Amino acid sequence: MEVLQSYLGHLIKVLPQLLTGAVLTVKITSLSVFFGILIGLIMALGKLSKNPLLKIPAVIYVDFIRGTPLFVQILLFYYGIPGLILSITGETFKIEPMLAAVVVCSINSGAYVAEIFRAGIQSIERGQMEAARSLGMTHNQAMRYVILPQAFKRIVPPLGNEFIVLLKDTSLLAVIGVEELTRKGQLYVASTFASFPTYIGVALVYLVMTLTISRLVNWTERRLGVSDRRE
Amino acid sequence: MIVVNNLYKSFGSLQVLKGINEHIKPQEVVCVIGPSGSGKSTFLRCLNLLETPTSGEIIIDGKSITDPKNDINKIREEVGMVFQRFNLFPHMTALENITLAPMKVRGLSKEEAVERAKELLAKVGLTDKADVYPDSLSGGQQQRVAIARALAMRPKIMLFDEPTSALDPEMVGEVLAVMKDLAREGMTMVVVTHEMGFAREVGDRVLFMDEGLIVEQGTPAEIFNNAQNERTKAFLSKIL
Ligand SMILES: Nc1ncnc2c1ncn2[C@@H]1O[C@H](COP(=O)(O)OP(=O)(O)OP(=O)(O)O)[C@@H](O)[C@H]1O
Ligand SMILES: [Mg+2]
Repeated sequence: MEVLQSYLGHLIKVLPQLLTGAVLTVKITSLSVFFGILIGLIMALGKLSKNPLLKIPAVIYVDFIRGTPLFVQILLFYYGIPGLILSITGETFKIEPMLAAVVVCSINSGAYVAEIFRAGIQSIERGQMEAARSLGMTHNQAMRYVILPQAFKRIVPPLGNEFIVLLKDTSLLAVIGVEELTRKGQLYVASTFASFPTYIGVALVYLVMTLTISRLVNWTERRLGVSDRRE
Repeated sequence: MIVVNNLYKSFGSLQVLKGINEHIKPQEVVCVIGPSGSGKSTFLRCLNLLETPTSGEIIIDGKSITDPKNDINKIREEVGMVFQRFNLFPHMTALENITLAPMKVRGLSKEEAVERAKELLAKVGLTDKADVYPDSLSGGQQQRVAIARALAMRPKIMLFDEPTSALDPEMVGEVLAVMKDLAREGMTMVVVTHEMGFAREVGDRVLFMDEGLIVEQGTPAEIFNNAQNERTKAFLSKIL
């Protein structure tokens, strides 16, 4: 009974801090998915391009990011690159943890989003592109007005999933001291040693966020489905 | 209107067109018939460069479309195409399907494009379906919208690749009727079809293709009543 009471006390005390952290988590995730979508769209079009100058960099980028852990990418960007700059120029160079967080997560997300876009674009029947081209549209016009709007609808569910995955993975940013949700928990534990109630709290806050997002995605999916029910 | 000289097309090692020569005059309605796999679709798709010919020359309205210097998009504006599977844009209403290319390619204002689209919908008998999405239309209605969509660009030539093959039998007539109207108005048309009745009634000329060549050609009467080539006779005896 006493244990439970003490746990509950910690939970109530830590919760406001966790919520501040959660706000940062959502911020980083949203910014990263936003930039990730921009990067991903460009990289997907690059991967689908026949021009090797566009295609090869896109393939290397996607393979490198998807083939290495986010944790290592964070370490490489935050510690590795300043280290490299130091040994080349002899000057110390420090990246803001928050900036590093958004940059790394955007680059990471971009690679996964690129694959989502590529699959979405390729899932559109070839006849759509042919019909658009036969009307005199350029390849870019056909992409913009015919292919991408259809692909976007199919992309919403995997994109929502990517958002959820990234939201959870931002917990890795604790390692560079970004005070997002997980880091807030760690800091509280460091001063109170109340690890069980704190991390349960952390987990529950993540759970609330991921469940909310997946409901939102489902709702969006249904709304978008109105004009082509058959697909 | 369309001149084809020595057209060859291969897919990898598979030679599909083996030297096609053809001359189609303005306002002519040419029907292309032949067994499956003989290269009819490939021939048609070369005429607006949906397939790139391996060699040979195609001249449309005096411009060589196989000359890489010429802008293929400009040429395609003058050549409409209707597909077997309609290929309407599913995320747009019938009206939007029709107005898209005139606005984006020809630079029409929205009002002009909508006015033109409404005229065309009336022409194909679908005035009341302007705001309907393709998946709520029957196959025959979808194909008529697709024809209207191609016509909205005011093309000089219309290409049809088996426009009625994907339709239920009771819908074939309504699509053929629209095509007959077009032919009567003097549109230059190349029609790949299995509708021998249409070819006989509307066609000025019939081309019989087999194994990548135009084996025989002539008026519908010549081909259907008095074919000379053995392969033409064998094909016709199977389908008539
Ligand atoms: N993109 C492609 N890649 C490889 N082979 C192809 C391609 N398109 C067509 N072919 C082949 O070319 C040959 C001719 O095809 P085509 O579609 O022109 O025939 P068709 O006369 O239109 O036949 P059908 O009456 O069945 O439509 C076929 O053997 C086909 O498999
Ligand atoms: Mg065919």
